Amino acid sequence: MNWKRKDLLDIRDLSKEEMLFILDTAESFKDISKREIKKVPTLRGKTVITLFYEPSTRTRTSFEIAAKRLSADTINISANTSSATKGESLKDTARNLESMRPDAIVIRHSMPGAPHMLARILDSSIINGGDGSHEHPTQALLDLFTIREKKGRTDGLKIVMVGDIAHSRVARSNIFSLKNFGNEVICCGPPTMIPPHIETLGVHVEYDLEKAVRNADVIMMLRIQKERGGTKYIPSTKEYSTLYGLTKKHVDRAADDVIVMHPGPMNRGIEIMDEVADGPSSVILDQVENGVAVRMAILYLLIGGEP
Amino acid sequence: MKTLIRGGHLIDPKTSRDGIYDILIEDSVIREVSDAIRKTDGKTQVVDASGCIVAPGLIDVHCHLREPGFEYKETILTGTSAAVRGGFTTIVCMANTDPVNDSRSVTEFIIDKARTEGKCKVLPCGAITRGLKGEELAEIGEMFSAGIIAISDDGRSVRNAGLMRKALEYAKTFKIPVISHCEDTMLSGGYVHEGTASLLNGLEGIPAIAEELMVQRDIAIARYVDAPIHITHISTGGSVDIIQTARKTFRKVACDTCPHYFSLTDEATLTFDTNTKVNPPLRSGKDVEAIKEGLRKGVIDIIATDHAPHEYTSKDVEFDLATFGISGFETAFALSLNLVREGVLDMAELLKKMTANPAKLLGVDSGTIAEGAPADIIIFDPDREWTVDRNLFLSKGKNTPFHGAALRGRNLFTMVDGKIMFNELK
Repeated sequence: MNWKRKDLLDIRDLSKEEMLFILDTAESFKDISKREIKKVPTLRGKTVITLFYEPSTRTRTSFEIAAKRLSADTINISANTSSATKGESLKDTARNLESMRPDAIVIRHSMPGAPHMLARILDSSIINGGDGSHEHPTQALLDLFTIREKKGRTDGLKIVMVGDIAHSRVARSNIFSLKNFGNEVICCGPPTMIPPHIETLGVHVEYDLEKAVRNADVIMMLRIQKERGGTKYIPSTKEYSTLYGLTKKHVDRAADDVIVMHPGPMNRGIEIMDEVADGPSSVILDQVENGVAVRMAILYLLIGGEP
Repeated sequence: MKTLIRGGHLIDPKTSRDGIYDILIEDSVIREVSDAIRKTDGKTQVVDASGCIVAPGLIDVHCHLREPGFEYKETILTGTSAAVRGGFTTIVCMANTDPVNDSRSVTEFIIDKARTEGKCKVLPCGAITRGLKGEELAEIGEMFSAGIIAISDDGRSVRNAGLMRKALEYAKTFKIPVISHCEDTMLSGGYVHEGTASLLNGLEGIPAIAEELMVQRDIAIARYVDAPIHITHISTGGSVDIIQTARKTFRKVACDTCPHYFSLTDEATLTFDTNTKVNPPLRSGKDVEAIKEGLRKGVIDIIATDHAPHEYTSKDVEFDLATFGISGFETAFALSLNLVREGVLDMAELLKKMTANPAKLLGVDSGTIAEGAPADIIIFDPDREWTVDRNLFLSKGKNTPFHGAALRGRNLFTMVDGKIMFNELK
């Protein structure tokens, strides 16, 4: 297929074909990171800006490494060092950056729709690096890539998501992609963290973690979103940990070849115990590794010109 | 000065006239309404209304004119210009100006300004509480003697139930309506309807119960003190049900809704278009149907605009940060005419909800075309097709989710107190 999009804003918009095309493209890039010289000239002369209004370790580093391995120049801007603290609006910041003619802008923002706003006003390719509680499309794609790598398929799986579904952009993006591929998705968490009407997305809700994980092929753990008021929805993190912290006992109830995923950063001892995070089912570091390949693919497809 | 409006199809819900009539206006008053007025002297100005509908000027019980204080959003001049273009001859402006209309001097300022610059009749609504803070009653009597027509803390509810009770009791002296914006802010605090939009977009939601709980509470208080209450801009099916049930045993409850609540669902917010951000929020498809049903059954007496103009920059930001509100004067009537085409209301019923019913709520003598009534008259073509272009709005507020929409029905002529304030006939 031919890639036609200027921006990557949300998973809800993408077809299965588009997602698979990104995954296939990522396969061919995964190799590069294993070579001694981890660089190809594909995006030489292109400029990628990462504009992060929220803290990030993985996503920003991952994008920067992805861009650099494709020989693009990268500039990182984070809100605390930019004009945001001087009161410049997002729109003005973006237009100023655009004047310096970048090819792509990766934006992370605490407010849903911020990347969409930039996409409307800028000619550069906009990549959503996470917008509030809305979406985190590159995370969902690297998760899908990891699932395909470990399970050999992207459909017909029983997938359990555990945690603050309501405030998680990772959950939203993953629900959209995984339901699109026809998987069974079960959302598990305290009822205060499950958004109303979520069944309309075709997912099942199970408040009891022990029941939810039974025969699961994939367990996706989510972090409590403290910065989005996540702790208001539970009496204490201790109680949360007792009810929803993933232990080896839970993993044992799942399918024999279950994989445990986490988008990071992990709160060890709260939503996930060490024995699981570092256990044989964990693919958490594979997710991080695959993130680079998937982001290389996305950058290549958006700003790499004709394939 | 005499004006003869000739040959139009007059629909006046109050007098039940529905047919071809001629209307003779002398100075500011309607002198004669009859099948054929032939005798005119040379000085009489003749307006040919043939092929059009002639109706009483529309009355809006809820708008924001932003002056004083927010003249960059709207002024009394620009707001009333937009109003007369939209077919409104009397409008009630809410108190959330800067300073708040919570004192005689602000009321007087608005009335003076409207007299000198306004294109239509402007009836100020005073605040219920000082500074809209919900802490102590404003000087309602002082404002009443200066000319307020109603009181409301629109934009928020009076959170303190005891204070709301006192307001409803106190307003009895002046026989003015208490208009309540119903929202329990402990339950709201979001940006879009809690439902499809919040689920898909991850925006914080405003649940229907945030409105409905407060509708329940305010009706309960009004019933207890036996005072009339008007619930403004209802947006949910639950509110319709609550009001319908309450009315069976307590007649003093009235309510209005706005065109956007029967024209758009929360799906409109999925594009993150900040022009769809309004409070109460655009609701679900089921709510939209329930609002229409409420209009059809007569539970909802009045259609108001909640015209809420904003400057461009306040909408040109992230959705969370954008202001709430829709600039409504110039699209409200055409959107409401859709109700007639959809069979929800017939033309007389629709016009009643925009003329006679609001006139009754406010206790004004307009809202009808009858001998002796003020000459507030509109002439419109219910089938004229046009495309909304916000750049052509007379309002300073270009914030409309209907930009580019193809609408049918357009006001062509507006007379206020016998003076032609807008004329697009021919």
